[in-house]
Amino acid sequence: MQIPSTIITLVIGMVLVLGGMWVGQNINLLPIDASVNAPIYDELFQVLFTIGTILFVGILGLLVFSLIRFRRRADQIGDGVAIEGNLPLEIFWTAVPAVVVLFVGLYSYDIYDRMGGMVPLAHDHMAGASEERVWGGISSGSIANEAAANTLPIDVTAMQFAFLFHYPQGEILSGELHVPAGRPVTLHMEAKDVIHAFWVPEFRLKQDVIPGQPTQLSFTPTRPGRYPIVCAELCGPYHGGMRSTVVVEEPEAWDEWFNNNSTIDVSTT
Amino acid sequence: MTVATSPQVVAPKPRLQPTGWLRYFSFSVDHKVIGLQYLVCGFIFYLIGGLLAGAIRTELVSPMSDFMARDVYNQVLTMHGTIMIFLWIVPVVNGAFGNYLIPFYVGARDMAFPRLNAVAFWLIPPAGLLLITSYFLTGAAQSGWTAYPPLSITTPAAGQIVWILSVLLLGGSSIFGGINFIATILKLRRPGLKLMQLPMYCWAMLGTSLLVVLSTPVLAGTLVLLSFDIIAHTGFFNPTLGGNVVVYQHLFWFYSHPAVYIMVLPAFGLVSEILPVHARKPLFGYTTMVYSIMAIVFLGLIVWAHHMFTSGTPPWMRLFFTIATAFIAVPTGIKFFNWLATLWGGRISLNSALLFSCGFIVNFVLGGITGVALAQVPFDIHVHDTYFVVAHFHYIVFGGSVFVIFASVYHWYPKFTGRMLNENLGRLHFALTFIGFNLCFGPQHWLGLNGMPRRVAEYDPQFTLINQISSAGALLMAISTLPFLWNVIQSAIAGPPAGDNPWNALTPEWLTSSPPPVENWTGEAPLVEEPYGYGVPVEDFDLTAISGRDLWSSGK
Repeated sequence: MQIPSTIITLVIGMVLVLGGMWVGQNINLLPIDASVNAPIYDELFQVLFTIGTILFVGILGLLVFSLIRFRRRADQIGDGVAIEGNLPLEIFWTAVPAVVVLFVGLYSYDIYDRMGGMVPLAHDHMAGASEERVWGGISSGSIANEAAANTLPIDVTAMQFAFLFHYPQGEILSGELHVPAGRPVTLHMEAKDVIHAFWVPEFRLKQDVIPGQPTQLSFTPTRPGRYPIVCAELCGPYHGGMRSTVVVEEPEAWDEWFNNNSTIDVSTT
Repeated sequence: MTVATSPQVVAPKPRLQPTGWLRYFSFSVDHKVIGLQYLVCGFIFYLIGGLLAGAIRTELVSPMSDFMARDVYNQVLTMHGTIMIFLWIVPVVNGAFGNYLIPFYVGARDMAFPRLNAVAFWLIPPAGLLLITSYFLTGAAQSGWTAYPPLSITTPAAGQIVWILSVLLLGGSSIFGGINFIATILKLRRPGLKLMQLPMYCWAMLGTSLLVVLSTPVLAGTLVLLSFDIIAHTGFFNPTLGGNVVVYQHLFWFYSHPAVYIMVLPAFGLVSEILPVHARKPLFGYTTMVYSIMAIVFLGLIVWAHHMFTSGTPPWMRLFFTIATAFIAVPTGIKFFNWLATLWGGRISLNSALLFSCGFIVNFVLGGITGVALAQVPFDIHVHDTYFVVAHFHYIVFGGSVFVIFASVYHWYPKFTGRMLNENLGRLHFALTFIGFNLCFGPQHWLGLNGMPRRVAEYDPQFTLINQISSAGALLMAISTLPFLWNVIQSAIAGPPAGDNPWNALTPEWLTSSPPPVENWTGEAPLVEEPYGYGVPVEDFDLTAISGRDLWSSGK
C-alpha cells in the first residue's frame, strides 16, 4: 500500500525538528563559560544553532532530493512541468521566515537586555549632558550605582601592543587582569594610539577600545581560572601577539593578591 | 578567446575597431568585447588574490609568525581583500556578465554609453597595477581593506595613499558602469518589451546599479577625507586633532555593506538565468523575485551599523540595525525557495553550470543562516572580528558569488566562444572546489567561536590542527583551479563546436550566432516576451513528451 505523501512530509518535518533540537542541545561549539552573562549567551546560541540546523539540513535535503529525483534520465528529452508560480506557497515561505526572524529578533533583544546591554540607554542620556560621553556595550550597571553594587572599577589602557590594568582603589598597575569571582567589575577603557578591542571568549564579551572615545564594559566573573584576553581589532604588525590573561580568583585569594600589590594603605580599601 | 567572425560581419569598408584578437587589448566599444575584457582581467586578479590567500593560509599552518614578516602579513591580507572585492568579484559579476548580457536581454545593439563603458573597464587594469606594484615600490597598505583610522593614518603613508587612489579609480569605474546599466535597462529596451518581461538578471543589475550609484560616492568621499588626514594632517578622523574614528566606520560601511549586495545580487540574477534552462522549467515566482530584489536593495542601504556593534553605538541603533539586518533574510529566503521550486519537478541536467549553481545555494544558505545569527547584537558581540565572521563572509562572497561566476562561465562559454567546455573536467572542478571550500571555511566557524580573532599572523597553539585542516582545504581550492584553466584554454582551441543554442535556451543572447556578431543580430532583435517559457503544461505532462518550444528554439 502507498503511504500518503503528506504523512511522509509530516514525519520528515518532525524528524528534522527533533534532530535540530538534539543538535542544539548536545553539540557544544563554545568554550566554557566564566561570567554571569555567558550562560545567557549560550541559551541564545542554542536557539540559533537549533533553528539554523533545521533550516540548513531541510534545505540541503530538499535540494539533494530534487537533484536526484528530478535529474534528467537518458531517455528523457522533454521539459519539466510548466509551473510559473504558486501564490499561497510563496506567501507561506515569506511568512515563515518573517515569523522566525521576528521571533529570533525579539528573543535576542530579551537576551541582550538580560546581559545588561540596554542599561546604558539611561546612562547615555545623563552622560550626554555632562562633559564626557562614555560609550558602552554590555554594562550591568551605570556609573551612578557602582558604589551601591560594590562594583570593582578598573581602568584599562590599550596600546600597541598591550593592555594595562589600573586599579584606582589600590593604585595597582598590572599587565594581567585579576578579578574576584562573583563581584561585578566595570572596565573603563581608553586607547592611546589606534583602535583595539577587549575580548574574553570565556566571558562572551567584546568591546572596542577607541582612541578619543572612552568606552565601558561591565561583567561579573563566575568561574575561577585563567582565560585569555585577546585584542580583536587589527591594530598593527603585532596584533596577533596582543594578548593578556584575565585571572578569576576566589574572593579570598583575590583579596590577598590585591593587598600584596596595593601601593596605598590597605585599611582604606 | 576565439576570433571567429561570422560571415555577416565581414564588411568591405575598413572597420573603426580592431577585429582580430587585438580587439581584446583595444579601447573597443563593443559591449561583448568589454564584457570579456572584464572577465579575463578579473580572473587574472583572482589568481593573484588567490596566491595571496595561499600565503595567508601558509602562514597560519603554524601558530607562530614564521612564514613572513608581520607587517608583510598585514599587507598581504589588505591586498587579498581589496583585490578579491574590487578587482575580481565586483567587476566580474557586474562588469563582465552585465556588459555581455544586458544589451541582449533588453534587445539593444550595445550599451547606452559605449565609450563610457570602455573607460569604465580601462580604469581597472591601471588601478590593479597601482595596487599591486605599491607592494614592491613603497610597501602596500597594511590596515586591512577596511582601512580604519587611526591605524590607516599611522601606518606608512605611501602605501595607504596608493591604496586610496586605486580604490577611488575602481569606485569610479563601478559608478560609470552603474549609470550605464541603469540607462540601458530603462531606456534602450526594444519597443514592445515590457519591464516585467525582462530576464531576472536585468532586475538584479538594475537593483545593483542603484546601490552602486547611491553608495559608492560615499566611499569615495570618505577616502578623500582620509587621504587629507594622511597627507595634509587634517583632523576628520584623527582623534588627536579632535576627529572621530567611529564616523569613518559609519561612512565606510554605508558603502561597504551595500557592496555585499553589489557582489551577490548580480549573482542571484545569474543563477535565475541558469537554473530554468538546465532544469527545463519556468523560473518560479517571477514577480516575487523582482520585489525581493528591490526589498534587498532598500534594506541593504539601512543596515550598515551591524558592522559596528562593538565599537560603541547607542542601544536604539543596535536594536534598529539588528531588526533591519535580520529582515533581509525574508526577501533572500523568498529567492532561495523560488529556486528550489524551480528545480522541483524539472528535468535537471546535472552539468557543471547547474552543479555550481546548486553549490552556491548550499553555501549561501549556510552563510545566510550565520548572517542572521550575526545580526543579533548579543551573538555578534562575542564573535565580531573573529574567524566566525571570516567564515561567514567567505560563504557569502566565495561560496556565493564566486561559485556563481564559475556556473556562469560554464553556462555562457559556448556563447562566448562558440565551443563547448569539457563536462568531466567541469564536474571535477566543481567537486574539488566544493570540498576544498567547505574544508577551508567550515572549520573556521569553530575557530571564531572558541577565541581566534581575524587578521592575526600568530594564534593560540590550541587552534593549530583546525587551522591546518583549513589550510588543506585552501590547497585543494588552489588545485581546483587547474582543471578549470586547462578546460577553458584547451576548449577555446579544440572544444567541440557548440552551435548557436546548445542548451535550447529562450533568452535572447541564445537567439543569435555563437559568438554573436558585432551589434548582436544581423536582422532585427528578437522580441522575447517569455524568457522562461520552458516546460509543458501540467495536463499535457508526459514522460516522453517533447515541448514544442524545444523544437522551436533549436535554431535561432
